[in-house]
Amino acid sequence: MSGSCKMELATGRRMRGIVIITSLGHNAAIFFAAVTIMNESSLIQIRDLHFAHKQRVVFDGVDIDIQRGGITGIMGPSGTGKTTLLRLIGGQLKPTRGSILVDDENVPRLPRAALYRLRQRMGMLFQNGALLTDMNVYDNIAYPLREHTRLSETLIRTLVLMKLEAVGLRGARDLMPSELSGGMGRRVALARAIALDPMMVMYDEPFTGQDPISKGVLVRLIRSLNDALGLTSIIVSHDIEETCAIADYIYLLSGGKVVAHGTAQALGRSESAWAQQFLHGEADGPVPFHYPANTFTDDVMQSGNVS
Amino acid sequence: MLGALQLLGQKGLDFFQRLGRGNILLLHIVEGLPSLLPRLPLLIRQTYMVGVLSLLIIVVSGLFVGMVLGLQGYNTLVDFGAAESLGTMVALSLVRELGPVVTALLFAGRAGSALTAEIGLMKATEQLSAMEMMAVDPVRRVLAPRFLAGVISMPLLAAIFSAIGVLGGWFVGVGLLGVDDGAYWMQMQDHVDVYDDIMNGVIKSLVFGVVVTWIAVFEGYDAVPTSEGVSRATTRTVVHAALAVLGLDFILTALMFGD
Repeated sequence: MSGSCKMELATGRRMRGIVIITSLGHNAAIFFAAVTIMNESSLIQIRDLHFAHKQRVVFDGVDIDIQRGGITGIMGPSGTGKTTLLRLIGGQLKPTRGSILVDDENVPRLPRAALYRLRQRMGMLFQNGALLTDMNVYDNIAYPLREHTRLSETLIRTLVLMKLEAVGLRGARDLMPSELSGGMGRRVALARAIALDPMMVMYDEPFTGQDPISKGVLVRLIRSLNDALGLTSIIVSHDIEETCAIADYIYLLSGGKVVAHGTAQALGRSESAWAQQFLHGEADGPVPFHYPANTFTDDVMQSGNVS
Repeated sequence: MLGALQLLGQKGLDFFQRLGRGNILLLHIVEGLPSLLPRLPLLIRQTYMVGVLSLLIIVVSGLFVGMVLGLQGYNTLVDFGAAESLGTMVALSLVRELGPVVTALLFAGRAGSALTAEIGLMKATEQLSAMEMMAVDPVRRVLAPRFLAGVISMPLLAAIFSAIGVLGGWFVGVGLLGVDDGAYWMQMQDHVDVYDDIMNGVIKSLVFGVVVTWIAVFEGYDAVPTSEGVSRATTRTVVHAALAVLGLDFILTALMFGD
């Protein structure tokens, strides 16, 4: 083979190599761009989540995506682990397996200092408000600001009044938590949850035990604060009507798994018998009315043997 | 038989698990103590709650214990013609033993139970969880100031108890039973040593302060977050603290005065 032929072959191989590398690079770029877009749209990614408390399996392979900027409802019967899920996201509990990515940080593996830094960007509304009972409303809301910032008292006062104005309780700033009604307590807790302008707020059963007016106020507040502050909200609840009214996307949990998910409209059309029973509040169905037991006849017949 | 053994083993494991959790908590509390420096108002408030509010029960108990010591001591000493030694007897009994021990028992009942109930209820009402979610460590903000306040308050309360007790003994011995006033104080000054007696008493009360407050904050923090759980934890604080104080008192006495 002549020298020029060898050169052509070598050049050809080099060109093919460049084409392959370019193509690979192009595909990789598309792949990474896709992953980036996915990550940008979902703030929280839960994958293959397993969690057990003592002998009881609470989650058995759960996958959930919480979209950035949206309101996601987590619904399910009592005891399904909805509150546990929030505690796992907040890093208060550690899963037995699986990952929980919050803004690209794997919560279960975060060291303590990093976890506390992440929590400053999370707000949580507890079921009973969990206000600090030895402080008045004003000091409760000022508490996270005093702990995590070096703002002057004048600026803290302005911020606290802004948060109280947002929840409609500026006039109640001098009251003690024991002087607040249940609904007011939750609104104060909501003001405290957004005190540090977090990226997300988790609501644990926000509507439970509330009168219709308080429910309406909370529904309005959750929606308006989410949209106005650009938050990402997660609502854990079994109040179907209220949650469906404001949630952009809903996950139904039961038996440690995600049974169904989708928008409220899509879930309404779901073919899952369990989802239909839950959404329509039917007494009997896939979740039976009777707790598992022997047949009634067997139990009655055994009554004769009881001494 | 096998069931009883299993139960015994389970109880033993539970005990050591709780002891381990308690030690880890104590380490976290000690680790968090420096963070109290810029937050002195927190410590002052807790010292008021734990120490100042316990003053009444300490002063009244100290007075009566001193009066009883004066009466009993006089009745015994007078048979040997040594009634003038009443001051020494009252003072030594108080600064070496009764001051630290009775103060610690009263402190466990008054302040220890209150600490456990407060922390347990904060846990039951999710206030501690809320602090964690606000990125505030409850061990540093809630437990550490209460622990340090207890440790500071106990020796001061024990000193007040002993001082009031000496006055109670004087009131009965000198005021009511006719012991010579000068002899009461002179004998006391001659025989009570600052290092051997008073300092050892202070060390005892400091140790009791650490142990009682540690038990109180741990029981509250480790309580089952229900009304029944908090109630049980409060009872455990008083019982365990009392037993620990009496047991430790024997060990410390043997080490300090056992020649």
